[in-house]
Amino acid sequence: MKRKTSRISGFLPGFGLTMGYTIIYLSLLVLIPLSVLFLKASTMSWEAFIGTILDERVLSSIRVSVVTSFFAACMNAVFGVLVAWVLARYQFVGKRFIDGIVDLPFALPTAVGGIALTSIYAENGWIGQFAAEWGIKIAYTPLGIWVALTFIGLPFVVRTVQPVLQDWDLQMEEAAATLGATRWNTFFRVILPHLMPAVLTGFALAFARALGEYGSVVFISGNMPHKTEIVPLLIMTKLEQFDYTGATAIATVMLVASFVMLLIINYLQWRINKFDAAR
Amino acid sequence: MSIEVVNITKSYKNFTALHNVSLQIPEGELVALLGPSGSGKTTLLRLIAGLEQPEEGAILFHGEDNTNRDVRERQGGVVFQHYALFRHMTIFDNIAFGLAVRNRKTRPTKQEIKERVHSLLRLVQLDGLAHRYPSQLSGGQRQRVALARALAVEPKFLLLDEPFGALDTKVRQELRRWLRHLHEKLGLTILFVTHDQEEAMELADQVVVMNEGRVEQVGSPEEIYNHPANPFVYSFLGRVNLFRGRVRDGKVRLGEAEFDTEWENLRGGEWPAVGYMRPHDVEIALAAQDSKFVQAQIQHISLLGPIIRLDLKRLDTGELFEAELTRQRFCELDLQEKSTVFVKLNNLAFYVEDAEEKVPLPTFIPIQASF
Repeated sequence: MKRKTSRISGFLPGFGLTMGYTIIYLSLLVLIPLSVLFLKASTMSWEAFIGTILDERVLSSIRVSVVTSFFAACMNAVFGVLVAWVLARYQFVGKRFIDGIVDLPFALPTAVGGIALTSIYAENGWIGQFAAEWGIKIAYTPLGIWVALTFIGLPFVVRTVQPVLQDWDLQMEEAAATLGATRWNTFFRVILPHLMPAVLTGFALAFARALGEYGSVVFISGNMPHKTEIVPLLIMTKLEQFDYTGATAIATVMLVASFVMLLIINYLQWRINKFDAAR
Repeated sequence: MSIEVVNITKSYKNFTALHNVSLQIPEGELVALLGPSGSGKTTLLRLIAGLEQPEEGAILFHGEDNTNRDVRERQGGVVFQHYALFRHMTIFDNIAFGLAVRNRKTRPTKQEIKERVHSLLRLVQLDGLAHRYPSQLSGGQRQRVALARALAVEPKFLLLDEPFGALDTKVRQELRRWLRHLHEKLGLTILFVTHDQEEAMELADQVVVMNEGRVEQVGSPEEIYNHPANPFVYSFLGRVNLFRGRVRDGKVRLGEAEFDTEWENLRGGEWPAVGYMRPHDVEIALAAQDSKFVQAQIQHISLLGPIIRLDLKRLDTGELFEAELTRQRFCELDLQEKSTVFVKLNNLAFYVEDAEEKVPLPTFIPIQASF
């Protein structure tokens, strides 16, 4: 079962060639730019670095960014599965249209999305006014940031889960039913565990994307320091003030944090995926 | 549990899968639903399981109407063609599933579940594999896990959809023997779908032959083999030779050969008739022993192991047909390709084709004919 070498010999040769391109490509686009970031940050003294990071404004922006991104990704995980479910399992009029809408947050310039969301969710906006009656303010609060981040992360979970659901073997559900499982049990014990790797991938992508999102958030957040200021905005602010080293210090922290988080999610995925990996 | 199917009709968007099908399955029997693909056998199985709903008709268990009962309450075990094992669960969890999802009142304790799963694993001869995943097992092992999973909930009957369809010949034969043994041990009513007549004949107490959404014949393997109700059953249950001729005054003429039949009902006139016979009923000799022999030329010889199959061509009518004989007989006769032999057609069953309306008979009448 286990492959003895990492090299798969097949009809198409070219491991050396493709691997070479992969490394060059990743180096030019990802590794070199990011290591320059580290180099720049390393010109700071340790005390200056720590001082920049532990600044209260920076810390609260990190908190705002992580919390809103996390909840946005959670929201997308739940409703992304729902949308994928509807698209993969049912036939209905306008299915292609809805399928197309899902990708819009990718296609649209995020600033456009941000402005549109702001006008709708502001206190006098279409939806914002109803929320205001309940005493809930959406735009210019962390709630608004959450809405914008949910918007831009929507396609990730849908697009990772949809193919898994399309390949789903209905007989497994039937088997569960013949064994006496309720619909609830069938969903949570049979279907969902199968979707989990895809959901996690989508979640990780949506979370990572949300952490770095700038364009749509700046309009709806109001950008109040300590309250609705996100990390990417703070970095921009520092750059505008020509505090390049300060900006790179924050960026470095975010980079390391993102990387650690992606590693953790990859590990979780590997754990869940054991049954597939064993094949 | 006995199962009764009464006048079931089921249709999908643009075709009818079952036409007014009725069937009785006595308790404790091992019954095969045999038919070509598209004959409705799997649909019938799914209806009994409760995975589909019929348009008309009823399904009774032990005389009790179950037509509208939910699949979860029917207490039938189902083994699917591709096993439908839960890929993300170990073999243990797969088998325990039916018990683990019960509500708190009826659920056995963890210890009881564990014992039950292990005794089932022993039953299907897979102890020691409890912590593997389905993807780590061979096809035959997966099939047995699927069976154990279905048996775990103590079903009242077992439904198997093409249980051995995806396995290679050797494993299939082993599993057949094993299933037969299991049936004797458990005494459960088992219904299985197959398109393989050999499998049906070998395993089943009763065989239900289906075609185009209808039941063609129900009977023991011996009955349906020796007394097929109609040409479809005849030709589906093994290799068959067809001879076309005409019936007149109770006699059928097939080229130079003439056969007496017991066809007294057929009043004057002439009808086309078709004679069906098994290749192993062709008698082969080097010289005509009586006037009933006709001449034929050997076109091809296939050595199939214990039996030899000859492709023959009748010299009087030019019809092609097959004959099967034992290796021993083959050696005695010392047959060669292109040589001419004498053949006698034994055990022909005639069916009248296209009987016109004025003849008050069903379209096909089976008559065992002999010289």
